[in-house]
Amino acid sequence: MSEFRSSPRRRVVNAIMTGLTWVAAVVATLPLLFILVYLLQKGASSLSLGFFTHLPTPVGVAGGGVANAIVGTLVVVGIASAFGVPIGIGAGIYLAEKKGAPLAVGVRFLADVLNGLPSIVMGIFAWELVVVPMGHFSALAGGFALGAMMIPTVTRTTEEMVRVVPTSLREAALALGYTQWRTALRIVLPTALAGILTGILVALARIAGETAPLLFTAFGNNFWSVSLNEPIAALPLQIFNYAISPYDEWHAQAWGGALVLIALVLIISLVSRAVTRSGFARAVD
Amino acid sequence: MVGDSLAGSTGVEAGVPVHPPEGIYGGGVGDRVYSALITLFALAVPALLLVIFAVITVAAWPALRTFGFEFLTSSEWDPVAGHFGAAPALYGTLVSSAIALILATPLALGVAIFLSELAPHWLRRPVAFLVDLLAAIPSVVYGLWGIFVMIPLLRTHVMPFLRDTLHLGATPLFSGPMYGPSMLAAGVILAIMILPYISAVSREVLMAVPRSQREAALALGATRWEMLWGAVIPFAKSGIAGGVILGLGRALGETMAVTMVIGNRHEIAASLFAPGYTMASLIANQFTEATGDLQLSALMAVGFVLFVVTLIVNAGARWLVWRTSRGMA
Repeated sequence: MSEFRSSPRRRVVNAIMTGLTWVAAVVATLPLLFILVYLLQKGASSLSLGFFTHLPTPVGVAGGGVANAIVGTLVVVGIASAFGVPIGIGAGIYLAEKKGAPLAVGVRFLADVLNGLPSIVMGIFAWELVVVPMGHFSALAGGFALGAMMIPTVTRTTEEMVRVVPTSLREAALALGYTQWRTALRIVLPTALAGILTGILVALARIAGETAPLLFTAFGNNFWSVSLNEPIAALPLQIFNYAISPYDEWHAQAWGGALVLIALVLIISLVSRAVTRSGFARAVD
Repeated sequence: MVGDSLAGSTGVEAGVPVHPPEGIYGGGVGDRVYSALITLFALAVPALLLVIFAVITVAAWPALRTFGFEFLTSSEWDPVAGHFGAAPALYGTLVSSAIALILATPLALGVAIFLSELAPHWLRRPVAFLVDLLAAIPSVVYGLWGIFVMIPLLRTHVMPFLRDTLHLGATPLFSGPMYGPSMLAAGVILAIMILPYISAVSREVLMAVPRSQREAALALGATRWEMLWGAVIPFAKSGIAGGVILGLGRALGETMAVTMVIGNRHEIAASLFAPGYTMASLIANQFTEATGDLQLSALMAVGFVLFVVTLIVNAGARWLVWRTSRGMA
């Protein structure tokens, strides 16, 4: 056997392939660093207090900001959560409680399929279903599109989190005479809460940066509006419009907006990681 | 199950007229309401998919009926004459996704193998975190970076290198004028975007391969690479294929970044340096500016095709991943 081990060709192949995976890891992380460096470099110079408090200005007028877009994004994401989170949690609980039921298997599969649905398709769907009957673009339509996109993520994480709640806890509650629904509401959900919250945050991080579903629903707005019934600004839309414009000063605004957006998304992601590590680990242990 | 038998023992199911205080024993009504409620929520998922399908099919119907199969084969997109064919967009979607897969698959596999098998332990978490972060970057930010950083780089360095230095200009794929926004740009940005998905699924599948597989190979005197190649990867093969197809699904439907870098020209060009269109970017670009019902319907039809294609691709991927992880369990 030692003869095999010392076969130089085999050791060389082993070393080369190991080396290649190192190269792959380096190459795969390069784009991220490349993107972040440019975002910081180009975005930071556009940031100022006014950037967060002012409305967009026409080309040539200095001092424009994205205040309305930041608020708009929060509004649309809020609507989306109000719609997507309860459905997602309910469906997730169902999947966890009736693991093997034929409906559960089907729903689990379809939730994954829904998760892979292109966001632009969700956009034209919301347009046809909400914008056309209403007769105009609105924050509501945008929130609906994003909310529908949240459902599969929230569903699957809720399922996983409810599943890892120890059976002993559940059985203890039932043995003490708790009904099923009380056990679920008072014991299982509170235990899984931190985990479910993580799922919601992951879903939020994903939809907060979505542009395509908002193009034909929320549409964007250069003025102040928090009305659910009117077109509303959103940070991703604003970045898109600035980026494809021919003006340098708008490009600078796009970089600034992108930096704010990515900070928002990363903060949500990091908070979700922190929540998982602290609260949930403790609850399950 | 436990709850069912509990409810039964109160006599509620058996019809015995006993009404114990809710919360102490039975609560049959509460449990039934609860059960019905979560079932209803669960049904919302298939219902949503069904409604999406129905709404888009109905909206696409006029165009599908008018043009029939020609909608997929015709290159003409003429709002004035009212003739619409989506062939260039279909072609662009397939080609940009193919470029993305060719670039991303080996890299993602390398990363997955590195992270699950070969990396020093202290390095695994941070590298996995960085690669996962790629998936957290919004599409529109990729597009912005693509326009102002990646495209200039492609045009001044990568394209001349491919065409002239490597003499690939002899093939139609890498010949012709070097536009900035191009099929190649779309493919490269898609590759970066789908890499974390492929690598995450592959990593999970690799880690699910039983220890015994590895130990047996090592005990036979295999090097680590031989163990991976001979005993681990074959085991994880179909799961990895599932991850790759999942990445394909992402690439097919990706909208913003592609719209921003592909150049949006409705034409089938042989060269990857030339601009093109994808189905998603066609919709994104023209939807709000559509003149007339037939053009709107044609765009809906493009959405319909995209929906059906991604549905099939995703279902296939999930099935593969599911089969693998079930086989291991």
